[in-house]
Parts: sequence; structure tokens; C-alpha cells
Amino acid sequence: MSHIPVLIPLVYLVGALLIPLCGGYKKGGIAQFIGVLFSFLGVALSSIGLLEVVKSGAIKYVLAGWTSSVGIELVLDPLSAFMAWVVTAVSFVVLLYSKEVLKVELPERRGPFISVCLLLIMGLLGISLTGDLFNLYVFLEITSLAMYIILSIGGDKRAPVSVFRYLILGTLGASFYLLGVGFILLETGTLNMTNVAESLASSGLNQPAVILGVLMMIIGVAVKMAVFPLHGWLPDVYSHASSIGTSLIAPIGTKVSAYVVIRLLFFVVNPETGGFPIPIYTVIGFLGAIGIVWGSLMAVSQTDLKRMLAYSSVGQVGYIALGIGLATPLGIIGALLHTLNHACMKACLFLVSSNIYSQYGHTDIRRFDPSMRKKMRWTSAAFAVSALSMIGLPPTAGFFSKWYLVRTSVEESQWIFLVAIVLSSLLNAVYFFRILERMYLRNGLQEEETKASGVMAQGIKPSMMIGTLILGAGIFVIAYGNVWIVENLLRPITY
Amino acid sequence: MIEWFDSHLVYALILILFVIGLYGMFLKQNLLKKVIGMTIFQSAIILFFVAGAYIKGATVPIYLADAASSQEYMNPLPHTLMLTAIVVGVATVGLALSLLIVIYRRYGSLEEPEILKRMQ
Repeated sequence: MSHIPVLIPLVYLVGALLIPLCGGYKKGGIAQFIGVLFSFLGVALSSIGLLEVVKSGAIKYVLAGWTSSVGIELVLDPLSAFMAWVVTAVSFVVLLYSKEVLKVELPERRGPFISVCLLLIMGLLGISLTGDLFNLYVFLEITSLAMYIILSIGGDKRAPVSVFRYLILGTLGASFYLLGVGFILLETGTLNMTNVAESLASSGLNQPAVILGVLMMIIGVAVKMAVFPLHGWLPDVYSHASSIGTSLIAPIGTKVSAYVVIRLLFFVVNPETGGFPIPIYTVIGFLGAIGIVWGSLMAVSQTDLKRMLAYSSVGQVGYIALGIGLATPLGIIGALLHTLNHACMKACLFLVSSNIYSQYGHTDIRRFDPSMRKKMRWTSAAFAVSALSMIGLPPTAGFFSKWYLVRTSVEESQWIFLVAIVLSSLLNAVYFFRILERMYLRNGLQEEETKASGVMAQGIKPSMMIGTLILGAGIFVIAYGNVWIVENLLRPITY
Repeated sequence: MIEWFDSHLVYALILILFVIGLYGMFLKQNLLKKVIGMTIFQSAIILFFVAGAYIKGATVPIYLADAASSQEYMNPLPHTLMLTAIVVGVATVGLALSLLIVIYRRYGSLEEPEILKRMQ
């Protein structure tokens, strides 16, 4: 029996506990080394897991040798293996990048910070891999607690206040999810996802307790996913946090909650076949469409790069929600491909913003000038590539996921969705091109202004460069490999 | 009527706790009162699970040699789940309180309008 499903999250737990045991709380270097090493092991294991699943199908693993109806089951199927790979890969690159920035931003607390980062990744992987509804709640809360810590230290002075608001809302979301699980448990008598799915399929969904339970679970997770009306916490929290905190959480935090929605709606509940009285897909799709336009509009009006990217995250989550709302195999493929694309390009953009902050000491778009393209040639290039990908121009990854979503919207005659996607692409172009214009299309280098006023005296360190460039290159790799990814990794999910 | 009350009164009481918790979390201006509202809200959910596991006339879920069927025991699963939920709740409250300490040191107040004013 293969132990891969349990080893993937366990590697991070061991790493997180090893840091204090090896004295990493005192010496940041040790913590950094352990963090990078163990997250590399995590990437290796999740890659092996992904290949194995592609080759020979889902792996089910029951902890402690119980039967699956009693014990906690971990499931590595195409969907969870894909999600786990995205989480491990992106977090590895960000941890690789973090060394120099953490030295400046959190000189005294690097060890504990990395330890909590590893706990966060473990929580996210646990959510992806678990096959048990209550276990999912526990991992959801582990993730949230780690997020509150990571987002509140090292950043802006206002961070604790915005994180406190997020904590209240996040706890509300998790509690709603738990309440929903309670209804499902009392109705079906089991927590295992496969058994719940079977039980609900035979009893039908048109019973008050089941309807209430499903709605509460979805609403609870939607708070964490930041779907349109529930996104209020996100912009403040992301823009006040430290650069590493945002770069780590923004690409994967909300995506894993989106994964939970996909898991619940397509693998556990199946509202369409079960006769669910509320058109839940349509509601999610429309909220996604509103979120896309709203997030893009708000992003256009921001003057701070980090805050602009935070609002654009609201819009990008909307794309994933829209793909879920379409509820066809192609729509889900679009949503999942967009999850991967957005994780890659949003991480790249946040690392770029951290690079800019380290050199200039601000991320105010109005003060961006052409000296950036001279001083940070590769960073500017990475920014240009990921900005084009966010807009969705053809040679980059962003185009392909949007293409799937557009195609499905046309096939399903959802013209409003189509308008939302096209409109937001135009708005994306507006808010990214005004930065590209300042970076590339203006002449005249004011030499006296290019003096290093940033928090880091020397130029960008190699370790920071590597992280940014891996993600920048990743955008092209995904773009050229998108047929392979769709056929081999995403197609099996929809069967 | 009496029978309905007998089986459903507890849920009505839980609903009241639930609403009190929500009220505290969203309508109180003091951040500490928000945390108190949050704990009340979580207690309501814990009580909901425990009440759902209750079977009238059944005994504690400890193995008895002469028990005829599983209906003679209460369902132990929700109880164990709630032990975990209590631990999660304690961790959340602890973190919330530590955030409040930081906020109080920086802004000298726990009243939300006051903090927002000083954040400008």
C-alpha cells in the first residue's frame, strides 16, 4: 500500500516541529534551510503522487488501519493530487525566495514565521487530501489560524486590526461549515465523503435538513474563498501584510477553498441529479461574474500596487467561481486551469511587488518611473509577462484558461458571463498597462531620483531573482504545456 | 404540542444563543465584546451537535454486556467531534486575544470607531 497521501502533509508537519527542536527560533538560517529542504521534499512527494495517480488511478489511504467508514480517509485522486501539487510547488518557490526579505522584514522572528508557514502549507494540503467532512473542518481551522499569524506580523502597522476582522469573519465561515456538517451528519450518519455521497444519492436532496446543511457548508467555505459579497476582508488583509505573507497566501489560500467548493458540489452533493431545489450553480456563477467586474473596477481605482493586486485577486476568484457555476466538464477544466495559472502569476506579481518594495521602499504606482527597467531588468520583465498573462493575451498562460471559460459560456449560451469575462479583461488591461507605460514607455531617467531609498541597500539578491524568474518562466511553461495539462491531469477529474 | 416542545425546545434555545452570538460579533463596537460574541456563537454550535446526539432514555456510550441494541446508547461520534471543535475554539480565542493585546498597545483603545480614527 502506498503511503504517499499521508506523507505529503506529514513532511511539512515534521519540518514545522523540527525548526524549534534544531534551535531555528534563535538562528534564522537553520529555520530557512529546514523550510526550503522540507518544502522541496513536499514538492518531490506530491509530484510522485501526481504521476502515480495519472498512471494508475486514485489512491485511498485510511489512517491507523481502520476501515474507511470509521477512520479518517485520505484520498489522492486526480483532483486532490493536482491541487496538492499546485500548493507545494508555489509555496516552495515562495519559501526559496523568502530568505533575504525575511532578514529585513522579520529579523528576530524568522524561525517561528517559517515554522508557521510550514503549518499553513500542511493545513492546505490536508484540506486537499482529506476524504472526511469533519477532518476538513479541522484542517480549515489549522490553515486559518496559521494565516492569521502570518498575515498579522511583520507588515503594516494596521495589519492586526484588519486580521482581527478577518478572524471574526473567518471563524463565522468555519462555524457555518461546521454547522452544515452537523446537519449532514445527523441526516446521513456518516462523515466520509464517499459514504455521504452514496447516502444522499439514495435519499435525495429535497429534505429541509440536507438543503440547510449543504447551503451552510457552501456559504461557510465561500467566506474563506472570498466570493463576491463575502470578499470584504481580503483587500485590507492582503495589502497590510508582510510581502512574504501575502506572496505565500494570496496565490494558494483562496484557491484551496475554491477546491473545497468543487469537491463538495461535484463529488459529494451533486445538486443537479439529486433534485436540489435551489439553483446553486447559477447563483455561484452570477456571484462570480459580479465579483470579476467588481474586483477589476476596484483594482483600476487603486494607487498602491499591493492593494491593486489584492482587488484583482477578488476578480480572479470570480473566474474560478464562474467556472464552477458553468457546471460542465469544460467549465471545471477552465476553473482548475485558472487556479494553476492564477497561483503562478499572482505569486509572481506579489514577488515583483516585494522586489520593488525592497529597492524603492514603496509600492505607490504614481511614483513608478522608467528607472525600474534599468535597475531591475529581470523583475520588470517578469512583471510584464505576468501582467500580460493576467490580461489574457495569447502567448501567456492566462489566455488559455480564459479561453476555456469563454468557450463554455458560449456553448451554454451564458452571455452575461461572456460579457463579464471580456469586460474584466479590458479592465485588467487598463490597470496593468498604466504600470507598464510608466515602466517601459516613458523616457528620461531622472538620475537623482534613482538613488537607493529602499529597505535593502544592495540590489536584488540572487535568491530573490531565482524565485521571481521561476514563476515568470512558469507562465510560459504552463502556456505551452496547457494541452498536456488538460488532457493528462484535468480531463481525468471530470470523468 | 407538549411532545413537540419536549423534543424541539432545546433547538429553540440553541437558536437564541446563535443569534446572541451573531449580534455580539457584528453589531458590538468593542472588539473584546466581538470575541465574547464569537465564543457564544461557537458554544451554540457545540450544543447543537451534543443535542443532536441525544437519544431519550439511552445511556452513556460505554459498552454494556446486556445492551440489546445500539439505540440504548447515545451517539458518541458528535461528542468526540465537539472535543476537537472546543480545542479549535480555544486556539482561535487565544489568537484573537493576543491580536487584541497588540491592537491595544498600538492604538490605546479597543473601541472600533476610535481605532479607525487613529488609523488614519
